[in-house]
Amino acid sequence: MFLRKYLIPRLIQYFLVIFLGITIVFFIPRLAPTNPVERTIAEIRSRGTYLDPAHIQAMVDALTEMYGLSGSWLEQYKDFWVRLFHGDFGVSFFQFPTPVITLIKNALPWTVGLLFTTTMLSWLFGNIVGGMAGYANNRFWSKILDFFAMFIRPIPYYVVALGLLILFGYVYRVFPISGGATIGHRPAWTLAFVKDVLRHAFLPAFSMVLLGGASWFQTSKLVVQNVKAEDFVQYAQLGGIRERRIMFRYIIRNAMLPQITNLALSLGQILSGALITEIVFSYPGLGHLLYSAISTGDYNLIMGIITLSIVTITTLVLIVDLVYPLFDPRIRYK
Amino acid sequence: MAFGSTLRDLFRDYRFVVAFIVLLFLVTLAVMSFFSPYDPTLWYYAPRDLRPSNEHILGTDSRGQDIFWQATFAIRNSLIISLVAGVISRIIAVVVGLVAGYQGGRTDRVLMFISDGFLVIPLFLILVMLAMLIRDKMNIVNTGLLLAVFGWAWDARVLRAQVLSLREREFTKTAVLSGTPTLQLVFKEYMPYITPLAFSTLINNMSWAIGMEMTLSIIGLTNMDIPTLGTNLKWALNYQAILMRRWYWILTPVTLSVLLFIALYWMSVSISEYLDPRTRVQRVGGE
Repeated sequence: MFLRKYLIPRLIQYFLVIFLGITIVFFIPRLAPTNPVERTIAEIRSRGTYLDPAHIQAMVDALTEMYGLSGSWLEQYKDFWVRLFHGDFGVSFFQFPTPVITLIKNALPWTVGLLFTTTMLSWLFGNIVGGMAGYANNRFWSKILDFFAMFIRPIPYYVVALGLLILFGYVYRVFPISGGATIGHRPAWTLAFVKDVLRHAFLPAFSMVLLGGASWFQTSKLVVQNVKAEDFVQYAQLGGIRERRIMFRYIIRNAMLPQITNLALSLGQILSGALITEIVFSYPGLGHLLYSAISTGDYNLIMGIITLSIVTITTLVLIVDLVYPLFDPRIRYK
Repeated sequence: MAFGSTLRDLFRDYRFVVAFIVLLFLVTLAVMSFFSPYDPTLWYYAPRDLRPSNEHILGTDSRGQDIFWQATFAIRNSLIISLVAGVISRIIAVVVGLVAGYQGGRTDRVLMFISDGFLVIPLFLILVMLAMLIRDKMNIVNTGLLLAVFGWAWDARVLRAQVLSLREREFTKTAVLSGTPTLQLVFKEYMPYITPLAFSTLINNMSWAIGMEMTLSIIGLTNMDIPTLGTNLKWALNYQAILMRRWYWILTPVTLSVLLFIALYWMSVSISEYLDPRTRVQRVGGE
């Protein structure tokens, strides 16, 4: 029953979203009024390089091949999928002969590290503190935190990151202003290197935890205020169960469950936020790579990053959805 | 009458009052741009890198432009972009929400599948890709339209949920049984319930659009000749304003945008709390 009613439709949806997402990524550059090949040539020329017509024609042919733009759309489309299954996104333009997949592989650990730690930290932190604030919603500290969240919440990732960068990178020079590690340090599992990486990661991570935490705080506080009014809580209070136990075991645990679904729904936004934060701090992950790809007009690299992100995020959402019943005994996919 | 008392209730909330005053201030700035003595597209009409003085309230930047007057244009254009994006995406969201909620069945499943897809996929990346390809054609209206295409999915879900609950109400059955045409039912009877909700999501969406425009500008995907909060910031960054410690230049767009985001958010929170009958009771109290 679980298979037919829930798992199979959910899997169909998963593959359909990936299929459509990647199809869109394939068609956007082809439907757009500007041709990526012409754009690249124009960009090279605008840098002041003189090119004679024969050269230009040779470049057009080479670029058309490189971008996978030769042949009819149907052939290109088939070719695109075949290459995708082999993990081949073509070669990068801005670091010329390097394949896109190598560049992505080098950048990925940074982004995954930053994204995973900050998402978990802000989710746990925001939910627990938000839950406590919701339980004690008449207390002074709860109101102060709520007020603080009202200021942080609406500000976009970019502005928060920039603000922190100016404050702690330039005005008070506490933290390094760019990069993932000091240049010249060889990556190794030494204490000095780990410390260096952590020091570089602090500001980007802090700005993401601050923003993410504020929004989890608010939703969690709201949910807890509602759960608090339910009968079983009153029953527990009348039964003389200790406050701490009621708060953590009875209320916050219950309130955290719907937040798992919310986490799945906001993963796409969190990824976008991480990419933007990386751009501000020149953090050597996918966001920074994307930025270089945009400023040099590197279509293969952009398509590689976007395709990979779509697959990763939809897969993560699927995993969270499927794992959810393990946490919530009330839900059994019958 | 009803409108007046609604406003009076809203003004009971300090957040609404603060948001209203800040927005009024920002809109005044935007209107002042029409009386600007300078053309925002020109460079070097003033000496470069001046400190604030009587002549140039916030000083001038490295492009020889007056920071204050440039900021007034920026707010105006950012507000226009966000209004275009907000209004158009509201229209999409309302239509999708109404049709999905009222029709139900297969139509509902297909529409909700599409909006789920929009929610799951990292939209920012698709937006970046599109913006990159139409970079040459990015004016204020196109930027707004581009953002509108991506900003409706979540709110369509919210509106659909509202319609689903309206459909179960008594008056729907009465209307259907007495032969009211579907369109008339939906537009005449449901709209009064949908409109306030759409309005409160409009404010959130405008805020999102302004932030997104800033992000796209920073990555260099909008037209840098049109002053917006995003391009103002981007120019300051391009000229290393942080490194040169030219705080007036960099902090003007940052401060203005932070004020704008907070004001819009507070207003939307205040309005949606007012719309929710459970929280409205607390505010209006026993009166």
